[in-house]
Amino acid sequence: MEGWDPNTKSTLTQIPLLSTRAGPRDGAAWTQRLKEEYRALIAYTGMNKSNDNDWFRISATNPEGTHWSGKCWYVHNLRKYEFDLQFDIPVTYPATSPEIELPQLDGKTHKMYRGGKICLTVHFKPLWAKNWFGIAHGLCLGLAPWLAAEIPILVDSGAVKHKDDEVIASTTTTE
Amino acid sequence: MEEELRAMAEDLEEFKRISRESVHADLFAQLQRRVEKITSLAKSGPIRRSKVKDMSAEVVDSNPYSRLMALQRMGIVKDYERIRNFSIAIVGIGGVGSVAAEMLTRCGIGRLLLYDYDTVELANMNRLFFRPDQVGMTKTDAAVQTLSDINPDVVLESYSMNITTVKGFETFTKSLTCQNTHSSKHFIGVDLVLSCVDNYEARMVVNQACNEINLTWIESGVSEDAVSGHIQLLIPGETACFACVPPLVVASGVDEKTLKRDGVCAASLPTTMGVIAGLLVQNALKFLLKFGHVSPYLGYNALKDFFPTMSMKPNLQCSNNSCLDRQREYVSRKPERDAAAKAKEAEMLSEAVETALHLDNEWNISIVGDDDVESSNASSSTSGMLPDGLIHELPTADFHQKAPIAQDSGAFPDDLDELRKHLDALNAA
Repeated sequence: MEGWDPNTKSTLTQIPLLSTRAGPRDGAAWTQRLKEEYRALIAYTGMNKSNDNDWFRISATNPEGTHWSGKCWYVHNLRKYEFDLQFDIPVTYPATSPEIELPQLDGKTHKMYRGGKICLTVHFKPLWAKNWFGIAHGLCLGLAPWLAAEIPILVDSGAVKHKDDEVIASTTTTE
Repeated sequence: MEEELRAMAEDLEEFKRISRESVHADLFAQLQRRVEKITSLAKSGPIRRSKVKDMSAEVVDSNPYSRLMALQRMGIVKDYERIRNFSIAIVGIGGVGSVAAEMLTRCGIGRLLLYDYDTVELANMNRLFFRPDQVGMTKTDAAVQTLSDINPDVVLESYSMNITTVKGFETFTKSLTCQNTHSSKHFIGVDLVLSCVDNYEARMVVNQACNEINLTWIESGVSEDAVSGHIQLLIPGETACFACVPPLVVASGVDEKTLKRDGVCAASLPTTMGVIAGLLVQNALKFLLKFGHVSPYLGYNALKDFFPTMSMKPNLQCSNNSCLDRQREYVSRKPERDAAAKAKEAEMLSEAVETALHLDNEWNISIVGDDDVESSNASSSTSGMLPDGLIHELPTADFHQKAPIAQDSGAFPDDLDELRKHLDALNAA
C-alpha cells in the first residue's frame, strides 16, 4: 500500500468494511448497503472525534441516499480552512467510487477535474475496486490525503484565503 | 433577411411615391442604393446546402456524396447508402468525440446522439473542431451547430447531461433504445456506441448501459501525457467487457518518471486525438458497413509509432451481472454460429473445387478451429500474457485488510432512519 502514510493506513483498517455489493438501482439491497454505509460513517466519525481528529461532516440530502453534502476542514499553521463537500453516488457504485467534489476550489488547482472533483492517486482505484470499501473509506483514503497535500500549497500560494481575510480578498478578486 | 430587405425597398418606393417632395429625391436615391448594396451583401453570405433525398454516385462538383459512393465502384463497400439507416451514440464530445462526430457527419451517417455535460472553453482550442466563438455554449449544442451546417442530412440529438448519476443514466439508456419520431426515417435505438470520455467512471457507466441493452460499443482513450492512445471493441458476451479485466493502456516506451509531472492533470495534442478519432471512426465504419477487419484492440504509441493489437475473452468471474447474462446467451448461441460457419464453408467449397495442397502429412499437422479452444480457455483473461507495448492502466491492489464488517453487530440500530439520526447526532455534537 504505497502512497499512504502509516497513519492513514492504520485508520483505514479500523473502519468497518461493507459486505453488501449493491448500487442505487438495486432496491432493497441498496437500503441494506446504505445501512452499512451509515454504520461505517458513524464508526469513522466517532473514531475521529475520540482521536481529536474530527475533520468532516457529511449526510445524505435525499431519501434515496444518492446525493451527499457537508463540510470538511483542514488546519494549516494553526488556522482552520473549511470547504463545502459534496458527491453523487454513481449509477455503477460500488464498482466505481463516488467522485468527491469541493466546488469552492474549482479552478484554483490543477489537481482537480471540472466541477471541483478532486484528482485521486493512481493507487486509489485498485484498492477501491477490491476491498469492499464505502463512503467512509473514500473520505479517509481519497479526500483526507488530498487535503493534506493540497491545502498547504493553496494557502501558501495565496489561492485559498482564510475566511477572516476574505473581506479584503472579495474586493480584489472577481471569482 | 433577404425578405426583410426586399420589404424595406418596397416601403422606400412607396414612401417616395406618396411624399411627392422632389427636394428629397437625392436622399431617396441614396437610401435605395444602400438597400441594394446590403441586399447583395446578404446574398453573398454563407449558403446552407439543402437536404438530399438519395445518395447519388454521380461524379459532379455539387454532389456531396460522390467520393463516398465511389467506395462501391472500388469494391470496398457493398451498399454505402446503408449508412443513412444507422444511428451512432457518441459519449463525450471532447478532443476525440467531436472529431469523430464530424467524420461521421461528413460520411453521411443517419443519426448521431451526442452526450456531454461540459461547456466549450478557450482551453479546448488546442484540439480540433470547436471555435473560439463557441466558448460558453454546451459542447453538444456547439457540435450540433457546426455539424448541421456541414451536413443537414444527419439527424442530430443533443444531450447535455451527466450520465453517471442515477437520473442521468435513466435518460441515457432510454435514449439508446427509444424511437426518434422527429425525423421522417423513424430510427429506433442505436446501432453502435462510441465512448470518447476521459475517465474510468464514465467508461464503466457506458459499459453498464451497453451490457444491459446488449449493445456493441467501441471504447477510445488518449493518455494523460498525450503521447499514446487506444481503441477497444466491446461486444457484450463475446469479448471482454470493461469490468472483466483491468483496463489496458499503451506503454509510453520511455521512463515513466520522466513523463509524470506533478501539478498537471492532463496534457493533450490535436494530433494524437485526431489519430485516435480516425482509428475509432474507421473501425466504426468497418463494423457497420461490413468491410475489412474490425480491430478488437488497437493501441497507438506516438513516441515510437508502434501499434500493438490483441483480443480479450470475457471473464467468467466478471463482477458485472449483465456481462455474465450476455456471456451465457453467447455460449447458448454456439450451435447457431457453428451452423452459419459450416454453411459459409460449404458455400466457399462449392465455389472452388478443392485440391489437396499436400498429399502426405508426415508431421500430422491439422487445422484446429478457434471455436474448439474457445470453451477451454474462455476464462483466460489477459493475465500475465500481454503483448509487447501494452500494460494495465491501474496497479494491482496490494492491500487486503481484516477489518470488522459493517453488518448488524447489535451495537447499532438496524433501521435506516435510526442510523441516519445517529450520524446526525454525531455531526451535531
